[in-house]
Amino acid sequence: MVGVIFKREFSSFFATPVAYVFIFMFLMLSGVFTFFFGNLFERGQADLQPFFNFLPWLYLFLVPAMAMKSWAEERKSGSIELLMTLPITTGQAVVGKFLASWLVLGLALLLTFPLWLTVNYLGQPDNGTILAAYLGGWLLAGAFLAVGHCMSALSKNQIIAFILTVVVCFAFVLSGTPIVLNALKGFVPSLVLDTVASFSFMLHFEAISKGVLSLTDIVYFVVSMFAWLTACFLIVEYKKAD
Amino acid sequence: MIQIKNLIKRFGDFVAVDGLQLEVKPGDIVGFLGPNGAGKSTTMKMLTGFLPPTSGEIVIDGDTLSKAPLKIKRKIGYLPEGAPAYADMTVLQFLHFIAQVRGFKGKDKKQRIKDVVDKVELQDVLNRPIENLSKGFKRRVGLAQAIIHDPLILILDEPTDGLDPNQKHQVRKLIQNLSKDKIVIISTHILEEVTAVCNRAVIIASGKKVFDGTPKELQENSKFHNAVTIEFEGDKPDISQLKLAPGVTDIVERDQHTISVIGHESYESLFPQIMDLVHLQGWHIKAMYNEVGQLDDVFRSLTTEEAA
Repeated sequence: MVGVIFKREFSSFFATPVAYVFIFMFLMLSGVFTFFFGNLFERGQADLQPFFNFLPWLYLFLVPAMAMKSWAEERKSGSIELLMTLPITTGQAVVGKFLASWLVLGLALLLTFPLWLTVNYLGQPDNGTILAAYLGGWLLAGAFLAVGHCMSALSKNQIIAFILTVVVCFAFVLSGTPIVLNALKGFVPSLVLDTVASFSFMLHFEAISKGVLSLTDIVYFVVSMFAWLTACFLIVEYKKAD
Repeated sequence: MIQIKNLIKRFGDFVAVDGLQLEVKPGDIVGFLGPNGAGKSTTMKMLTGFLPPTSGEIVIDGDTLSKAPLKIKRKIGYLPEGAPAYADMTVLQFLHFIAQVRGFKGKDKKQRIKDVVDKVELQDVLNRPIENLSKGFKRRVGLAQAIIHDPLILILDEPTDGLDPNQKHQVRKLIQNLSKDKIVIISTHILEEVTAVCNRAVIIASGKKVFDGTPKELQENSKFHNAVTIEFEGDKPDISQLKLAPGVTDIVERDQHTISVIGHESYESLFPQIMDLVHLQGWHIKAMYNEVGQLDDVFRSLTTEEAA
């Protein structure tokens, strides 16, 4: 049943311009960031660090835009009543929807392969690192997306869902940056500081994108997705009829 | 068989459904009536497992809905109010999706879709996105979706709302043609619909059941049941004579040209004697007929009584 929901959602992305617009914007912006702001050429190094450095910031706005429709639209149009009275469980619907959007995000990420071709043409990059970074990028997208689906379940209004998602994701990105950590330093015990830092999407993603594919970071993203999707499940279950 | 046991639904302080008891047997086509906000849709949402009841139980063929939701949902076909669907899909894509969720595959799936498309006449719009369809077609897509798996229980929330008379007729015919061992529950506020398609009428007001019987019994509740209505040519004449006729208990002036003569219960029909009287008085009449009962009247008295 997850498969049936997945298929419907996935083809719905391509039946409407959503997927195309998303992929186009994603590719264009990732190109702009990598070449202009990331100075891919000027750095004189054959790697994709500039691209992966900007990826979280790109996702911060594009993933919420992609996720905002998922549940808010169902509730607004009333189709949730149809969906939830079909012989499927809420869990299947939540997972099916999530996987469909996640695959679109993965597809967009794959389509950045010209960047990879470019650096391979220019030099000899560590392709293992790049592969790890791509995997990390997809996991990061999944974590953002899970937040987005959860926020979309919270509100009938897609704009509100979008803003909430950006805010929550921003908090998770920032929580590992020096800005936040320095501000907290001195006020809170180091245990709290470490906890705040360990929640950061950024730190875990950076570790992976540098080629360090540790189990902790992967587990972190998987657990994040699971936690946000569980919250999404509960919200859908209790708020579906509001 | 559906058993609704002491069903209660509260939204905050508001009690939408208040201790509803109901048993529905196979073969019943229930017209579920009530004013807006009486709790019809809420009850249907609970029956289909969309809303959990605050308290009370729904048992379908021996299974409790809260304990075996999937098993029960497989037996139910449901048209929610307003016939929601996935607007960006075409009719064919949408029916494919529903058929897949309902567990049909391959040839069987194709056949199901073909049958249901024929039944509700969707051939012309198969490849159009649902968002571009007229209200009538949207409603039909909703119906198709609800009957694709030939459900034992069909629950339709205002299936004819917003349809033109031809479309209404079509939908009613469709419901009547469903096989006889099914349970159909239709919510509506169109009273004629109940007499046209249902064999049982249930009226609720403020979340409580106020009537449960056949449409005929509902009509018999009317003050005008078996009354004789006379339409005069021109203004009404002096009708004091009528009041004195045996069996006549009341005369109601319906409008300037029309009166209804209401008889005592023990009189089967006043028609012959009133006919004689009309002849005797030499009144010019346009029409004269036995009333079966004014449903709006019964509806109003049943539902306002409760609210007051």
